[in-house]
Amino acid sequence: MIDFELDEEQQLIRETVTTFAAEQLRPAAREADETGVIPESLVRTAWDLGLIQGSVPESYGGYASGDPSAVTGAIVAEGLAEGDLAIALHLLSPRLVVDPVLRLGSEEQKKAILPIYMSERFTPGSAAVVEPWLGFHFTKMKTTARRDGNDYVLDGTKCQVVLAASAPHIVVYAAAEGGIGAFVVPGGTAGLTIGEREKNLGLRGLETYEIRLDGCRVPASARLGGDATPMLRRSRVAQSAMAVGIAKASLDYAITYAKERDAFGVKIAQKQAIAFMIADMATETEAARLLNFEAAWNLDQGGDGSREVAIAHRYSSDMAMTVTDNGLQVLGGHGFIRDHPVEMWARNARGFAIFEGIASV
Amino acid sequence: MDFSLSEAAQSRIAMSRMAAEGMMRPIARQFDEQEHTDPWEFFQSMWDISRGNRDATGMGSQGNGKKNGRSENTLLACMQIEELAWGDAGLYLSIPNPGLGGAAVQAVGTPEQKQRYLGTFYEGKPRWAAMAITEPHFGSDSKQVATTAVRDGDEWVLNGTKIFCTSGHRALDKSDGFVVVWATLDKSKGRAAIKSFIVPAGTPGVTVTKIEDKMGIRASDTAMIVFENARIPADNILGTAEIVEKDSRAGFGGVMATFDSTRPIVAASGIGVARASLEFLKQALEEAGITIRYEVSAYDQTVLEREIMNMEAQLQASRLLTWKACNMMDRGQRNSKEASMAKAKAGLAVTRITQKCVELAGAFGYSRKQMLEKWMRDAKITDIYEGTQQINQLIIARAVLGYTSVELN
Ligand SMILES: Cc1cc2nc3c(=O)[nH]c(=O)nc-3n(C[C@H](O)[C@H](O)[C@H](O)COP(=O)(O)OP(=O)(O)OC[C@H]3O[C@@H](n4cnc5c(N)ncnc54)[C@H](O)[C@@H]3O)c2cc1C
Repeated sequence: MIDFELDEEQQLIRETVTTFAAEQLRPAAREADETGVIPESLVRTAWDLGLIQGSVPESYGGYASGDPSAVTGAIVAEGLAEGDLAIALHLLSPRLVVDPVLRLGSEEQKKAILPIYMSERFTPGSAAVVEPWLGFHFTKMKTTARRDGNDYVLDGTKCQVVLAASAPHIVVYAAAEGGIGAFVVPGGTAGLTIGEREKNLGLRGLETYEIRLDGCRVPASARLGGDATPMLRRSRVAQSAMAVGIAKASLDYAITYAKERDAFGVKIAQKQAIAFMIADMATETEAARLLNFEAAWNLDQGGDGSREVAIAHRYSSDMAMTVTDNGLQVLGGHGFIRDHPVEMWARNARGFAIFEGIASV
Repeated sequence: MDFSLSEAAQSRIAMSRMAAEGMMRPIARQFDEQEHTDPWEFFQSMWDISRGNRDATGMGSQGNGKKNGRSENTLLACMQIEELAWGDAGLYLSIPNPGLGGAAVQAVGTPEQKQRYLGTFYEGKPRWAAMAITEPHFGSDSKQVATTAVRDGDEWVLNGTKIFCTSGHRALDKSDGFVVVWATLDKSKGRAAIKSFIVPAGTPGVTVTKIEDKMGIRASDTAMIVFENARIPADNILGTAEIVEKDSRAGFGGVMATFDSTRPIVAASGIGVARASLEFLKQALEEAGITIRYEVSAYDQTVLEREIMNMEAQLQASRLLTWKACNMMDRGQRNSKEASMAKAKAGLAVTRITQKCVELAGAFGYSRKQMLEKWMRDAKITDIYEGTQQINQLIIARAVLGYTSVELN
């Protein structure tokens, strides 16, 4: 029966995450953007919150009771992104390995890989999905995985590979027999070259790299399951939820500002041109949130999600761009100045169309 | 969180779908072309159906259903109306039922008023009720009501002119129905003095003077009603006759609150029309061998695919906002903001979607041989009545900003 309320557990998760995001992520966001560095202490505190461990069953070192739910994933992603997207992506990066292993991996693969990410301290994870060519889409990859005896040989170039330099593993997605294959490639594998840290429009706090795979050879046992496309669909829902989080941040900031700023003898929020912009921002943010929850819920029910996820993702990325741009506009010239976070949110939101695989499940 | 349809919802949808397909679609074009004629056979059938299923028809009649527990009355009404409007929006609006006038009585009427004016609503011959707020000199700014109500002994005496009254003609001239009229007790006292009154059919001094010619929803009658010393019993006032300076739920505020239940329903009706257009277009494309690939790169996607995806997303976003507003009402939560979000979003979305469908279908879309052009005409009203786009933006903005109507107007 149609119902939009979060259950108690979901509410608790949301409260925990949004409080943490407001108290810890938001204050650190600007400096991370300026310096490109996310403070160690923050990462440690976040790790103790158990965001990742909570999705991994006890037998592999975590403390999850069931399967990770896409709805819960969306709640966490949205909440963290409201604090700061770059830091959120860094903190959630272990999921780039943990989730595909959990979802697609064999018992052996789970036993071998998961405990590495379940230690006392945060261990970064990484995934290589996006490719540096104009027509990229996750269903149509140029990177290939060719079977050769007991090995796979990977060839191609990937970009926007999060934390590639420090992660023990990169899950590389490549066109393979039977669909898109996911391969766990340990850092330092011969044939894997990690390029310079990338410089991006937004997400400046987040380390991303271009990587090259040149006849990079991994054992057949490095492949996780068969077709990884459904896996990537799940990650798109988390991305869309992050788009909502960032829009929400911008909306709230615009509201506060507009109610304080005077023009022509009234608060600017009292002018319809501004008030209506804010009304639309609120409506669009809520609309995208509901579309994402519906898509996530469908996945949790075992749906294939190819249509729902595509639609929610398209809607949310467009929404995030419009809403964060309007959020900046509400501040006028001050929106363009880096003292305020709105220009950063607008830069960060621009990326949603290309975040494939950066965002964790 | 749950996005599955309950059994009740599924069966309500299926039943409404049957009426939409079997009774509305076949006559939709005819009663659009022959404006101002009445589809009596259709009226009678809908009346007969709803007699056995009081809860199941029309706008607002169940808007204030159970306020606790897991009732889903408002949601079911919305789903039903989406289907009926998918059948035909003009005919759906014409279905004999208590309509908006009934919603007002339901929301603020006394038990006697409810019994008297709603209780017998599904007996005898088809009957309509209507709501008359709008006057020639105002629409959105409803505190400008100039129609007067003066107490004279055991009666109220009404004078004034109302326009754009949906089903006004059918309520007053074609059936034994009633109109809820907004009138002021004292123009100098502003909105606190505006009260609503039940005016039954057959009241002397009440005349329907014009029936509007419209762009769309032509099967629905939109009437101008003139009140000249029209006398109604004193207890036909809804709420109290006292003028309390602050808005109270029993007076103006109370009637405004009925919009919280009817706005999602207007949204749902627009969604039904837009869905009809989109389904029709997709069907036509499929027959022409064109399928929509949802998961291809933006570079490989055709403009058509992108447009269709956008329209589907807009439609579903509107629907979810609408369902959420209903869900809140069914839970007894205050939903003014959400109801306005649903209406504002859907109003614009369905206008754009139906226009885009006509465009994409080319000559086919423009031709009166097909339904697309009609759906475009029918959809537009969604963004106008029961609060225009801008009025709903105002309500949302006030809620979001925490402003009163004085601070933001
Ligand atoms: C087919 C049809 C059926 C109807 N049915 C009924 C009915 O049953 N009962 C009834 O009482 N009325 C009915 N109406 C009237 C309808 O509710 C009004 O037309 C509507 O509320 C708009 O009022 P208006 O036409 O006077 O426009 P106006 O109020 O004059 O508005 C004109 C424009 O100005 C904008 N505007 C107005 N105020 C503001 C503001 N404060 N801020 C920003 N923009 C503003 C509006 O959005 C609109 O774009 C019906 C109308 C139609 C066309």
